Formats: sequence, C-alpha cells, structure tokens
Amino acid sequence: MIVAERKPLEQISSMIESNSNVLIVGCGECVTVCSAGGKKEVEILASAINMLRSKEGKPIEIRQETLERQCDAEYLEQLRGFIGEYEVVISMACGAGVQFMAEKYKNSLVLPALNTKFIGVTEEQGVWSERCHACGDCKLHLTGGVCPIARCSKSLLNGPCGGSTNGKCEISPDVVCGWQLIIERLSDLGQLEKYEEIIPINDWSTNRDGGPRKVVREDLRL
Amino acid sequence: MRLNYPPNVKIIKVPCTGKVDVIHLLHAFERGADGVYIAGCLEGDCHFLRGNLRARKRVEYTKRLLDEIGIGGERLQMYNMSAAQGPRFAEVAREMTERIMTLGPNPIRAKNREP
Repeated sequence: MIVAERKPLEQISSMIESNSNVLIVGCGECVTVCSAGGKKEVEILASAINMLRSKEGKPIEIRQETLERQCDAEYLEQLRGFIGEYEVVISMACGAGVQFMAEKYKNSLVLPALNTKFIGVTEEQGVWSERCHACGDCKLHLTGGVCPIARCSKSLLNGPCGGSTNGKCEISPDVVCGWQLIIERLSDLGQLEKYEEIIPINDWSTNRDGGPRKVVREDLRL
Repeated sequence: MRLNYPPNVKIIKVPCTGKVDVIHLLHAFERGADGVYIAGCLEGDCHFLRGNLRARKRVEYTKRLLDEIGIGGERLQMYNMSAAQGPRFAEVAREMTERIMTLGPNPIRAKNREP
C-alpha cells in the first residue's frame, strides 16, 4: 500500500488561514489502512481545525466526505454536486489522489493534508515500512524476494558495501542491511549460487530517471 | 461510603476504556469541556486484557494533538483505579478539578464568551 502521514496541524491550518469554509475529503484505500487519511482521520482533522479556528475567534464551516478512493474518476465524480460551494478542498489522500482531484475540478483549490511516504507494508499494528521503490524493473527473482533497490540504502545491486556491520546498515543501527537480508534469504532457500551472479548495471530509465511514467493497455481501453 | 467529590465532574460510562477513541476525547473539548480524564481499571486488570493500555496510548496521542491545537494536553489525563477504590476516585476528581481550575476555562469557550 501507499503509506502516508498527516502533515503538522500548523501547516494545514496555515494553508486555509483566510478561508471561511472547507471541504475535507478522505480516501478509503491505502491511507485508511495506514490510519492517515480515512474517515476516522477526516473526523479528527475536522475536529482539530474546528477547535483551532474557534480558539482564534475565526470559525470555519467544515464538510467531511470520504470517497472509496481518489485515484479513480468515478469516485471523484461523487463530489461534483457540492464541491463548488467550498472555497478550498483539503484532500487526505496520497499525492496521486490530491492531484487527480485537482485535475478533475479545475476551479477548486485542492490542498494536501498528508505527506506521502512510500510503498510499504504493515509490519505490525501501527508500524509501516518501505518495501518497493516502483523502479519499473522488478529484480526480486534474483535476490530471494528481498529488494536491493528499496532495502539497501544505496540501492546497490551487488552488495553489501563496506558499511554493513553485524547485519545493520551504516546509516543507522535500526536499519537492517538489505544485502544481509538477501544473503540470509538465499541461503535459507538453498540458492546462494545466485549471489555469485553479477547483476549488470541498472537501466534507471524505467525508474523516475525516464520521466513521468505511464502504463497503457490497449485491450482494456474503451 | 457517601464520599464527596466536586459536582462539576460529569461521568460518561463506557463498557471498557478500550472503547474510548481519540475522536470522543476531541468531541468533548470541541463541545466545551474544560478538562477530561479517563478512569480505567488498574493496569493488568483489564477484563478485555488490553483495553486500559490502549486507552492510555490514545490519551497520549490526543494530548499531543491538543497541544498542537493550542488547547493544552494537560487538560486530558488517564488514571487507573479499581472499582473498590472509591476514595481514590474522589481524590482524582478533586485533583483534576484543581488542575483545571488553575488552567482556567477551555480556550474555545473563553473566546466565545468575549463580547
């Protein structure tokens, strides 16, 4: 899932300082699961903004909505009837949701309430960590199912580097060395010979280096 | 025991403090409460095992949120006591009332009261 975190309240409130009404829109997908921008978080943000503004003596009208998701036009369409009544819209979706809403509603000012962090997993309740960089050329079959791009701080394809100590990365003792994980996993799978194969220089054009990416499936287009 | 405690304390019963969520606490302040405290069972004594521990974590989170809002996290407090500790209940009610009296009214209400 895409993992995100709410921006500091101060930053959000400064974006809407001069507005007297606001529509807060949550997203029912990834950000609901990582407790950053679902229905519950919309309610909390609305309550916080309401209190903050009442305290300053500048009350604000707030409407709360949570869509199934904000990265698909048919769900965004549900806002069509009333979005125009609001001076400003705060989206609690990831960066994709915020942008797509702004694209669909050209006359509305759409602002982000979250910082989108990474593609990751729920390690345990309340703990999320990164697993994928969306590099566009998956190498997990070569590395025992542990990603060298996302899990190694330097994204080395033939690691580990000299900074790996006791299985930890040199950037922090809390960060596990990705290549340590790869070697352990390959040993467990009896595939350590794969470690001997040199992975060639990476073609980063499938990553962001090639510019904004797009997938087109002609067979699915209407 | 017929113990006395300040009459300004309004009691809201919940099945377990584990039921208390961040939004419930925020709504209380939003609607003008000057202070809120949660009286959970003693730690380790939760019938549902972790209800009171969850409540404590939510209270800690909400305190930080109240600080961010500018209402002040010190207006919210988690306490633990057993059903057999009547005197402790009354003591906590007095303690919290005193704390809130010192802090003054909820800034939201204070603002609304201004001419």
